[in-house]
Amino acid sequence: MRTFPIGGVHPSDNKKWSKASAIEAMELPDVVVVPLAQHIGAPAVVKVAKGDKVKVGELIAEAGGFVSANIHAPISGTITAVDLQPNGQGLRQMAVTIKREGDEWLESIDRSEELVRDCSLEPAEIVARIKAAGIVGMGGATFPTHVKLSIPEGKRAEVLIINGVECEPYLTSDYRTMLERGEQLLVGVSILMKAISVDRAVVGVENNKPDAIEHLKALAKEYVGIEVKALKTMYPQGGEKQLIAALTGREVPPPPALPIDVGAVVCNASTAVAVYEAVQKNKPLVERVVTVTGASLAEPRNLLTRFGTPVESLIARCGGLPEGDVRILNGGPMMGRPMSNLASPVMKGCSGITILSGKDALRGEPSACIKCAKCVEACPMGLEPYLLQRYTVKKAWDEIERNDITSCIECGCCQFTCPANIALLDYVRLAKQTVMGIIRARNTKK
Amino acid sequence: MNTLIYTILILCAIGVGAALILYFVARAFHVEEDPRIDDVEKMLPGANCGGCGFAGCRAFAQAMVERDDISELYCAVGGGDCMKSVASYLGKVAAEKQPMTATVRCGGSCDKRPRTTTYAGTRSCAIASATYIGETNCAYGCLGYGDCVEACAFGAIRVNPETGLAEVDADKCTACGACVSACPKGIIELRKRWPKNRAIYVSCVSKDKGAVTMKACKAGCIGCGKCAKVCEFGAITVENNLAFIDSAKCRLCRKCVAECPTAAIKMIGLAPLPPKEKTENQ
Amino acid sequence: MANKFIVASAPHVHGDLSTRRLMADVIIALLPALAVSVYVFGWGVLTVTATSIACCVLFEYLVQRFLVGGKTTITNLSAIVTGLLLAMNMPANIPLWIVAVGAFVAICVAKMPFGGLGKNLFNPAIAARVFLLIAYPSQMTTFAAPSVEGFADAYSGATMLAAAKACLVDFGSYDAMGMFAGIQSGSLGEVAAFALLLGFAYLLLRRVITWHIPVAVLGTIALFAAVYGAFAFDTPHVVLNYSLFHLIGGGALLGAIFMATDYVTSPMTTRGMVIYGVGIGLLTMIIRLWGAYPEGMSFAILIMNSVVPLINKYVKPRRFGKK
Repeated sequence: MRTFPIGGVHPSDNKKWSKASAIEAMELPDVVVVPLAQHIGAPAVVKVAKGDKVKVGELIAEAGGFVSANIHAPISGTITAVDLQPNGQGLRQMAVTIKREGDEWLESIDRSEELVRDCSLEPAEIVARIKAAGIVGMGGATFPTHVKLSIPEGKRAEVLIINGVECEPYLTSDYRTMLERGEQLLVGVSILMKAISVDRAVVGVENNKPDAIEHLKALAKEYVGIEVKALKTMYPQGGEKQLIAALTGREVPPPPALPIDVGAVVCNASTAVAVYEAVQKNKPLVERVVTVTGASLAEPRNLLTRFGTPVESLIARCGGLPEGDVRILNGGPMMGRPMSNLASPVMKGCSGITILSGKDALRGEPSACIKCAKCVEACPMGLEPYLLQRYTVKKAWDEIERNDITSCIECGCCQFTCPANIALLDYVRLAKQTVMGIIRARNTKK
Repeated sequence: MNTLIYTILILCAIGVGAALILYFVARAFHVEEDPRIDDVEKMLPGANCGGCGFAGCRAFAQAMVERDDISELYCAVGGGDCMKSVASYLGKVAAEKQPMTATVRCGGSCDKRPRTTTYAGTRSCAIASATYIGETNCAYGCLGYGDCVEACAFGAIRVNPETGLAEVDADKCTACGACVSACPKGIIELRKRWPKNRAIYVSCVSKDKGAVTMKACKAGCIGCGKCAKVCEFGAITVENNLAFIDSAKCRLCRKCVAECPTAAIKMIGLAPLPPKEKTENQ
Repeated sequence: MANKFIVASAPHVHGDLSTRRLMADVIIALLPALAVSVYVFGWGVLTVTATSIACCVLFEYLVQRFLVGGKTTITNLSAIVTGLLLAMNMPANIPLWIVAVGAFVAICVAKMPFGGLGKNLFNPAIAARVFLLIAYPSQMTTFAAPSVEGFADAYSGATMLAAAKACLVDFGSYDAMGMFAGIQSGSLGEVAAFALLLGFAYLLLRRVITWHIPVAVLGTIALFAAVYGAFAFDTPHVVLNYSLFHLIGGGALLGAIFMATDYVTSPMTTRGMVIYGVGIGLLTMIIRLWGAYPEGMSFAILIMNSVVPLINKYVKPRRFGKK
């Protein structure tokens, strides 16, 4: 069975906690805090003021540049503040606070469950609708989708790849979406295919989700050009470059090359469903499925949550925090961001809230590197994490740049596998940020 | 006997041969260098701290010798005396600078600034600050993992385990500035060095609004501006909810210290003003 | 709230690998060879092994406790591995004080002065063995006669390689497969090829090591011996026997599987591992055929150890997206 060519690790997938729970709607919060920077790129520019009334789906902030995304009101009510609010890491960011009054949607949004298959729009119109709906990559990277779909001059897309891998342990939001909203997903895929003018799409799903593979394969028979492929379970297969390599055998060259350079455009499975809703139902991105999970959580669930809902209310819905030491993650345990502020809101890129407790919350004590080369073996980008770590301690940034740090995808395989418990990625991430800064400074000087 | 003689002869021949090779190689690869660079290097402190902006003392010495105008060059470690002696040796004019000392502008000790989380990652300020706000609710304060301590070549900074804050030993500090650039929060500032290491400074860099600051830390500057009003020398400015004392204008009159409601203005080596006036006024 | 919020960057989970587990696996992989050794040479083997391990652990503890400071490192089991490997490299009847000297060289000269586990340039057990070989050549090369019936007739007292060097072996009638399944004279760890291969299989299965270094070493030795043999002998059968003889005889297997694969002193990339393995194979054969010693494995490993930093600097893994 196919997988990517270099490295990779096998974390225990721990999807058992939440995989059987069907998607449920989370209660509407009384107050939402909607940050203006929920995506990669420029923050959105706020279009409302304190005291304004908004309906669900109304534009409250407009994309602040090409690489940016619109933001819509996730609940109906009154704007009570436009100010700095702490995010999940405690850092203050601009956000719009809305106090809820009922649940009144914009009339233009089609909220019926009826499946609309046919789409007669032109590619440019499709991209425009996706842009208007503020759709970003929902796997966690939050790259604005309309930017991906705008193929640069001189490049040509050959295949659309749909990421249904969900290689991140614990998380099941994409899995549940594929099972429960398979039809919408596939319509979304055909719309995306039309948007970038390709006649072939491949949906990659890891073989730890056999029922999702079967389900999508059965449905895909009705659609032209869509193929569902099972992949050997291996982390980080959901990485864009790894997935392209696993499905097409083509390797995206090192940065600044992009997937389009090998003719591929990659979209997440949940993103495809959001695209369906945006194009066929005129529904902007105001909610998403969030997996709330953890071994010691009383009732792990997959909750359809409006953006801006406080994370703590999701945890409360799932039985509350376990006692003792806890480590709360926005995302899964391999790449999720640690949270220090549970009052912070759910955002577009939040595919799950993972709670590690007790011993799982702690880090092992680091010891001396024994040069076992396990990190080199595990690195899916063919880098040498041990070397980058050592150079980082010495602050030898030029050596680090020479050793291709910019290729690092921060997947964490190196640190996961290190028998000496060295926090390799802590150092590598710092080195990557520093080197990227140095490169940017050098480029602006020129 | 023959063996012995041959051995000695062969060894001598090898020795002479090797010496000749060395001699010609040395001649061929000889680099002409100004001998004054060596002399200047000897006059410098030899700490190789990089505070001057050069890779080490030798590179700095080379720049001193080669440049005609050395007014932009300064070795903070050696200080004015060192610069003067180098300049007179080279027959150039050295820059003159106020003696400075590094100052850690955060007073959020463990008792003043409650810990809300426990950081379990790599103990480095740069790494922790890229991860999240830190163990307290103040996004600006000292993290206490000692990146500055590591950067200091003179052992002049330590993290006090009781307060969890970095502290500068002004007697050892050479104002090389390594800690200033090592601190990811930009807390450390080079300030004018008074005799006996006296100092008055705002021990906070939080730009949060007063209410937010107060919630996070009892010793934070809330930007109330009382200090600026009382200052007779115009040394204090309040910007972005934060007071700043210009050490070039401050005369150590201590009036602001008494005025500060959160005791964010720190005083070193000075006795507090007698509190009588204040009590009378109230 | 009764919660303590722990914050650290991703990844937030860790695999089940640990230094101690890896070391324990190496120890387990050496047990079959040790058992065969006890069977062949008697209980004296255990005395040598125990002395070697005890001395290594004691020296490491003392150095850490009194000279280096900090937390003791003996719990990572690396000193036990060094002790066990050192014992594997000695004759069964060696005086115990020489074992202690060997342990001292391994820990106090080859390992701890460089900064302890992970920082040493040379494999401690090999360094100690080479030291002993030079300092106490007669004790190190006088091998006890195996106490197994039906065996003592052939080359008791000297290793196969020494016999081969002295042109005592007739490769035409020599039964290589018998040597593989059976027992030969030599150091503790050299006696049984199948037991070593069993250990190799275990290490591969547990993913402690990859196949690259052992295969590169053994492949080079076999190839070199075959080419040399093709010039020296007439019939293919003898050439094959000669090649197998070099593969199984002496310390080739022990060295390739357990000594050359030492994490600390071997390269970090698979390409580097192959270069390193081929280097060891070549040097071993050169020493075996033209050197003063009958066995060249330890010297070869030691020499290649010193090249490892260079290999690590210049041999990079294949980066993703670069062909």
